[in-house]
Parts: sequence; structure tokens; C-alpha cells
Amino acid sequence: MHFFWKRLLGTIPSLIGVVLVTFLLSHALPGDPAAYFAGPAANATSIAEVRAKLGLDRSLPVQFLHYADDLRQGNLGNSLTTGQPVLSDLIERLPASIELTFFALAFAVVAALPLGVWAATRPDSIVDHSCRALVSIGAAFPTFFIGLLFVYLFYFLFDIAPQPLGRLNEILYTAPPRITGAYTIDSILAGEWGVLRASLAQLILPSVSLGMFALAPIARITRAAMLQALGSDFIRTARASGLPTRKILINYAFRNALLPVTNVLGMVFSFLLGGSVLIEQVYGWQGVGAYAVTAVISSDYAAVQGFVLTMAFLYVMLNLVIDLLATAIDPRVRFES
Amino acid sequence: MSALLAIEELSLVFRTRHGTVRALEDVSLTVDRGEIVGVVGESGSGKSVMAYAALGLQDAAAQVLGGRILFGGLDMLNAAPDVLAATRGREVAMIFQSPRTALNPIRKVGQQIADVLLEHTTFRGAALRAQVIEALSRVRIPDPERRAEAYPFELSGGMCQRVMIAMALACSPALLIADEPTTGLDVTTQAVIMDLVREMSRTSRMSTLLITHDLGLAGEYCDRIAVMHAGHIVEIAPTVELLARPAHPYTRQLLASTPTPRTTIADLVSIPGQLPDLRQELPACRFSARCERHIPLCDERPLPWTVVAPGHAVRCRVPL
Repeated sequence: MHFFWKRLLGTIPSLIGVVLVTFLLSHALPGDPAAYFAGPAANATSIAEVRAKLGLDRSLPVQFLHYADDLRQGNLGNSLTTGQPVLSDLIERLPASIELTFFALAFAVVAALPLGVWAATRPDSIVDHSCRALVSIGAAFPTFFIGLLFVYLFYFLFDIAPQPLGRLNEILYTAPPRITGAYTIDSILAGEWGVLRASLAQLILPSVSLGMFALAPIARITRAAMLQALGSDFIRTARASGLPTRKILINYAFRNALLPVTNVLGMVFSFLLGGSVLIEQVYGWQGVGAYAVTAVISSDYAAVQGFVLTMAFLYVMLNLVIDLLATAIDPRVRFES
Repeated sequence: MSALLAIEELSLVFRTRHGTVRALEDVSLTVDRGEIVGVVGESGSGKSVMAYAALGLQDAAAQVLGGRILFGGLDMLNAAPDVLAATRGREVAMIFQSPRTALNPIRKVGQQIADVLLEHTTFRGAALRAQVIEALSRVRIPDPERRAEAYPFELSGGMCQRVMIAMALACSPALLIADEPTTGLDVTTQAVIMDLVREMSRTSRMSTLLITHDLGLAGEYCDRIAVMHAGHIVEIAPTVELLARPAHPYTRQLLASTPTPRTTIADLVSIPGQLPDLRQELPACRFSARCERHIPLCDERPLPWTVVAPGHAVRCRVPL
């Protein structure tokens, strides 16, 4: 527990850094927000008025303090495009993105771990080579291309996937009452199994196309880590002790291989966050990625800032979780710190 | 009485990308019940390859060209994998050099011993736990209840080797194969570990095959010693006999290069030349290139064994 609190405190500097960078980033962007907010009919006086109203005439440190104070109160500003507070926009859409990313990651892990283990137990076999080929294909094609390809194949050609238009077919189903915002969880909580089925059906294509991208690094690291573990002295000891192959593979090799795999998961998650922006566009997914794209196109500063801040925050939190997972797997990490 | 372990005319090669390595050629060795047999030789002489083969644990690239290994009547080279697995750890156990890496780094040592017991015995639950503690205390690990909960990185190298021995002896095997068990340990720990191995073999009538490059160590603990050079066993004799009257030029040079309490560094002799490249075509006697007694007859095959005294055989045309 002691380790946990120490690690939790360690995230504070990262979070301060995140806030600082987001703030500076918005000031480094080209264009004058005051002129933008004042509108096309504004003259010099009205722009100056807007500037004063926005606090943009103060010194940078003072502006930062105001920004930090706003953040403290949960005020991320208002979005120009939706007219809503950015915070409520994000809260509204974030569960959709997290749900998608989570399913993508789950698909990638469930597919990549066995592939990697399988390839490692039979190096240079047909299994190994076909695993490598599959992984290369997943990594070589851009996420949005795979997304479009899947839509073409499974929706248009074979007609086995539902319309790629968002999280739920709104004509046939109504969204479950909002509790977590994730349709799958909410529909389970509400006991609406039809909705659960429908939302899962909508999830499959986008999460698989997104997950394909994460498949490659996870499978490759799993294979490498397994090979290394299988070649190590303690596996030889286990064999010499007559332990059964299954136990050697799972309890000895795989658990030791999990550590590098867990570390890669953190990195892969950040790929997925980036990739989800494109996938959400392709599948009409109402998540923060699609929101950010709209915001960037329409120079919606507050929204972009809010999006970047949210992603950075998520990333810091994810790294915390990965670190804690690593300690659960490897007792040595606990003692090193 | 037949030997517990009999390696009979074993020849083994490794198929590698850079050619075929003739790791073992016509190697024969027996270990009787309760006997401690040492196998001594330089690094690369094939000692460990032989030890692994005795467990049926040879590398995937290894290929047995001839000979067989009988352990208590079981053909270790051709037995079914599940029969082998059931034998390993229960009937024949092995301890390794660098005990720290030979233990699973992220599993408690007690758990690792329990894994072996779970596989080979019917102990479960509290009885299993008691057996683990018993195994640890048998190798005189102080405070075994607490140490069972330790991870290998929390223990010293000597402690880890004791755990290895505890693990190997957990099921009271008939044969212990110790592959350089004291390499990397300091001298006092080395003595403690070796005394422990000897005591275990004496009290439980366990046989031990001690693989080492240290002739001094083998001389102190073994009943018989086999000297290996470049994949051949060149001489085999009871320890006292071998140390007093080495018959093979290589053994004599090994002895001359082994420090004793009465020698100084200036007295120690290094052995000229190096092990031949086992991927090349090799002469009948693989030591001939390094030997000052080499005569033309040495190159004729087959190279015979000469019995110079009861139980003392040497594979040399011109023994000392």
C-alpha cells in the first residue's frame, strides 16, 4: 500500500506538466483568438474589448493562474461549435471513446497473446511465419484503411455487420438510461439484452479495425519475451524438476514474459487513443475523437484544449495503472523503488 | 550389482549453422548407488552436455549418433516424454551453476519447491507446506518458515544454491547431478554447499554426479573421477589413484595447473594449446595436438583403453 501512495504522488508533477503544456500550446497556436471571438465585423476597439474580457491582455503567468483556477472549478470554457461547456461535451462523449478503445485493446490482447506464445513455442515454424505475416499486415495498413476495408467487406459485400453509423441503430433501439455512458455496461445494468446485443454488434468492426494496429507490437513483444523466458536458466531448472510442460509455459515462462508485455500495453494504449480519432470518423462514432476533429477544423480552441488535456490526463492515469500492474507481476519492482 | 546410471558409448553431435559439432564421442561412464563420481575437464569439454543427456534434457539441436543412457534400467534417450518428466525431479534431480538465475525470479522459493512436490508426491495443503519447510531445514536454511516466503533476489547466492539443493532433494532422488554447483560462490560457501551435498549422499545412499572444472574440488569430494577432454573421457580412476598416479598426459597437466595448499602461483603450469575445434575433422586422440608424448601410433583408430590398475583406465597409447 505504501508503494501505491508513493506512485500516486508521483503522478502530480506529470499532471502539472500536462496543464502547463496545454496552456502554452494554446498560446503557441497561430491566429489571434480575440479577433476570432470578436467575429468578422469587429474593429480594433471591439477586438481590444474582447481581449480584455478574455483576460488575454494580462501577462502570461497571470493568465496561467486564471487558467489553472478555471480548471480547478472544472471550467474548460465553452465550445464554439456546440455552444455547450467543453467539460460537459467531453463527459458526454468520453465513455463512447473509452468503450471503443477498451474493446480494441481487449481484442488486440486476446488475439496477440496466444499468437505470440504460440509462435514462441515453435520458432521458425509455419505458425511462427504466418503469425509474423499477419502481424505485419496489421501494422502496415493504416487504421482508417482497414476500417474502410472492413465496412466494404462485412457491411456492403457480405452484409453481416450492422450499418457503420454510430454506437446504436437509433431507429430500432433507444440508448439505455445513462449511468456510466458506456452502452454495453448501461444496457447490462438496465437488463436490456437486445440493446446490449445491438451495441456489441456496432462495436465489433470499429474495435477490430482499431485493434489490428495494436496487435503487431503486442504479439511481437509477447513472442520475444516468451522466447527469452523459455531460454532462461529457471526454465531449464523447471524442466529438470520434471514439471509438466503446461505449468512451465504458464506459471514459469508466461508470467515472466508478462512484464515487458505490460509495459508495451501502456504504449499501445496511446497509439489506440490516437488511432481512435480516425476510426471514430470512419464509423460515425460519437466519441471525443470525432469531437476533436470537428473542433480542430472549426478552430474551436477551448474544445481542442480540453481534448488534449483529457487525453494527457488519461495517459498519465493509464501509466499509473500499468506501473501498479507491473508491481503485481514482478515483486522486484516493489523493492527497487 | 548393476550401476544406477550407465552411459554406454554415447556419441552426440550438435547440428549448427556453422557445421556439425562433435560434442561427445564414445563416452562411457557408470555411477553406482551411493557413489560420488566427478567429471572434470575444461569448459567446452562436453561435461554439461553429458549431464543434460543423462536427464534426457539435451538441446533441440543435439543428435545422438550412438550409444545409450540407462538410468535404473530406463532408457533415458528413448523414453516417452511423460515417463521422463515423471523421472526427473523424483528419481534424478539436478542442481546448476549460478543458482540465482536458475530459480524463477518472480516466484517465492517455497512455492518453487512446492511445485516439484505437487508434481511428484501426493502432499497437499498443510502437509505440502510442512514438506517444503522440511526440505528447506534439511539443507540448514535458518528460519525456513520465513525464507519460504522469500523471492530469490532477496537471498544470497549461497542461500539460493541451498534452495536449489532443497528443491533437488525434495523427493529424495536416487541420483543427483550437480553441474558446477559452486561456481560463482565464495570459497567458504563453496565448502558448505559441497559438505552438504556429500552429507546428503552419505545419509540417504544417494548417488552424485559432480560436474566441475576444479580437479581440487573433485579430489576432495569424489569416490571416482572421470577426466574429459574435447568430448572424450580420457581417464577414469578412483580419486586417490588418479591424484597419485595420473596416467594420461592431460590429467597430469590438469593436476599441475590445480592449486594446492603447498603450491605458489609460480608452481602452477598452464596447459599449452587449446581445445580443438570440434567442427573440424578430428584425430583419433583429440589431445594429440597439445601432447608432447605424441607418436605416429596415436593417430590410428580406434584409440584403445588401457587398464593401468584395478578400476583405473586410460585412453592413451603412451600412458605415463
